[in-house]
Amino acid sequence: MAAHNQEVWQRGRVIEADYVATDIKRIVFEPTLPVKAAPGTHLTVAIEIDGAIDTRSYSIVASSDDGTRLTLSVFKTRNTRGGAILMHNLKVGDSIAMTQPMQNFPLRIGAERYVLVAGGVGVTAMVNMARVLREIGANYELVYVGRNREAMAYLDDLTALHGNRMRVFVDDEGNSLNVDKLLGSIAEHPFATETELYMCGPIRLMDGIRRSWASHGLNPPNLRFETFGNSGWFEPEDFIVRIPRLGIETTVGVGSSMLEALESAGADMMFDCRKGECGLCEVRIIDLEGEIDHRDVFFSEQQQRDNTKMCCCVSRGANPNAANGTRTVITLDVS
Amino acid sequence: MTLLENAAAKQSIRSRPVGNTPTIKNLGSTTDKVLNFPLNAWYVAAWDYEITRNPIARTIAGRPLAIYRTEDGKAVALADACWHRLAPLSMGKPVGRDGIQCPYHGIVYNSAGRCISMPAQETINPSATVPSFPIVERYRYAWVWIGDATLADPAKIPDMHQLDDPEWVGDGLTIGVNCNYQLVLDNLMDLTHEEFVHSSSIGQDELSESDFVVTHDDTTVTVTRWMLNIDAPPFWRKNMRDKFPDFEGKVDRWQIITFEAPSTICIDVGVAKAGTGAPEGDRSQGVNGFVMNTISPQNDRSCHYFWAFMRNYRLESQLITTQLRDGVSKVFKEDEDMLEAQQAAIDANPDYEFYSLNIDGGGMWVRRLIERMLEAEGRPASAQPEHAHRAPKAAR
Repeated sequence: MAAHNQEVWQRGRVIEADYVATDIKRIVFEPTLPVKAAPGTHLTVAIEIDGAIDTRSYSIVASSDDGTRLTLSVFKTRNTRGGAILMHNLKVGDSIAMTQPMQNFPLRIGAERYVLVAGGVGVTAMVNMARVLREIGANYELVYVGRNREAMAYLDDLTALHGNRMRVFVDDEGNSLNVDKLLGSIAEHPFATETELYMCGPIRLMDGIRRSWASHGLNPPNLRFETFGNSGWFEPEDFIVRIPRLGIETTVGVGSSMLEALESAGADMMFDCRKGECGLCEVRIIDLEGEIDHRDVFFSEQQQRDNTKMCCCVSRGANPNAANGTRTVITLDVS
Repeated sequence: MTLLENAAAKQSIRSRPVGNTPTIKNLGSTTDKVLNFPLNAWYVAAWDYEITRNPIARTIAGRPLAIYRTEDGKAVALADACWHRLAPLSMGKPVGRDGIQCPYHGIVYNSAGRCISMPAQETINPSATVPSFPIVERYRYAWVWIGDATLADPAKIPDMHQLDDPEWVGDGLTIGVNCNYQLVLDNLMDLTHEEFVHSSSIGQDELSESDFVVTHDDTTVTVTRWMLNIDAPPFWRKNMRDKFPDFEGKVDRWQIITFEAPSTICIDVGVAKAGTGAPEGDRSQGVNGFVMNTISPQNDRSCHYFWAFMRNYRLESQLITTQLRDGVSKVFKEDEDMLEAQQAAIDANPDYEFYSLNIDGGGMWVRRLIERMLEAEGRPASAQPEHAHRAPKAAR
């Protein structure tokens, strides 16, 4: 089906809610405007945090054929911005505002071979894709990576469904994924140029795969991924931003983005995608005390290393090597 | 509108409620005046020769497409709207082995619809894709699947093998008709109209006087009509004389109409010298043609009518091929005029309903099968009644 990116708002009533892994809750909604969710789709929910309406996007794990059952899985991290807590507190019978399924990560039917790579809660985007590929008899492999089995949602279900098409790597069992080895095997496969890799997971995993994909000379558009910009190389921490031209100095807390903090401080900010893809929210870095945790996919790695610009919707100040309590300070200008 | 709501809405117009949970089956009527079209189906988008490395624009089942070939000769159907600001890719140009470049800001997509080049940045936005639709070339046509791609099984392409079978020759054309596609199906499933619409070529009184038999299964409907010991109308007398130059006298004439859901109709037509055994299967004393028709909805009120006339005699004669194509083309122009006038009358009389005749038996089964496909897709049988603007004329 064609991609649908329009936000159509509806209500979703919780009909099931249970834990499927450590800190991961599976929530099944019955929407008021049911539409079957294609693989790769997500939906956005509207939630109220501290009296303000905010939105969060979640991949759709499963959908009934008539779309009356939509399953999400929500991961509550240590540094959750509040949305996950609210989602985790939902009980059967509760109702929230949500969009119909939207598509930014379409699964193309017809490739010679597929490799799906799921890291941690990123598996939510892969469950439906793997199921469809199995149903249509595609040549596919599902690679599932996690810290420990308790943290890996749907592990048993996926193993039962996909059998020897699935490979599991568990860090705590000393069996971590060797990305270069995986990509090497893709590059050596007879269908190398026709293989499509779909991935969703932490940024370290995705960056590693991106680099290895390029170094193996694999076909760039066949590497498919979706990022909501919510994963970085470092844990989020407070940092300070300054815009001298506008007389602004503000602290960006772990629960908000730099874009949101600058808007709250009175800067008139331009942006669009809010997930580090379009580049409209770029700011020019004048001075930097500390480091930048670039979480966007708009700038090239070289541009990110230059640290002269950043996507303020997702990227953050970080200070991984500094003593505790030393905050990164970013001095910048905006358009 | 959900299926249930639609059913309820129809019920309030047409009949009294039957129960608490009305379904389509309870309604009794299958005569929506503007029938919706299934999306989970193969529709012809173009003749093979129309598709080149340079894209063409064509709207199939409501979806604008940019259709082109890769350097390797593979047909491609992409949504005809760039991801960025929706400029039509069909106005763009070929790039590289399989790419197409947006004519506006130069964004390049490959044949899978993935962006491979973006202006003024070093990376490519991973969201930058346009939908790529399954497309298969078979029987001189390129067939596209607009609905759920996971269901796009090429084995579901209707049988039109005469179009590229070495035992058959012929040619055809495309007609853009400003009418709902179902009106064309109705037209082809009941050939009594030939007597009135095509009186100078293939029409004759016996068409409406002779009996016919309708059969159906889950995906096909067949209407069979034999007219024995009759005079051949002008079109068929000419064909007989192409094969039997001295032919005179009566003929046995047949029309075996086979519909394959949702919109393909192949008609086995011919005449043989009367009493030489054609009804029993011996057609050696006759001439046989196949009228190949497949109708692709453009939108609710316009369609692309792809047709060809194939024959299995005098295979060597390009003259006869061209004569038949031009002759049938004139006949079909009469249909086109009638169908567009009919659609205009339907739209001008929104408060009048359809009624049915015995001769609609084949066409009514066609509707039934299409409505079942729509029901399976969870979509209403009636196309949206509101049409603020007229559709552009379908491609010719």
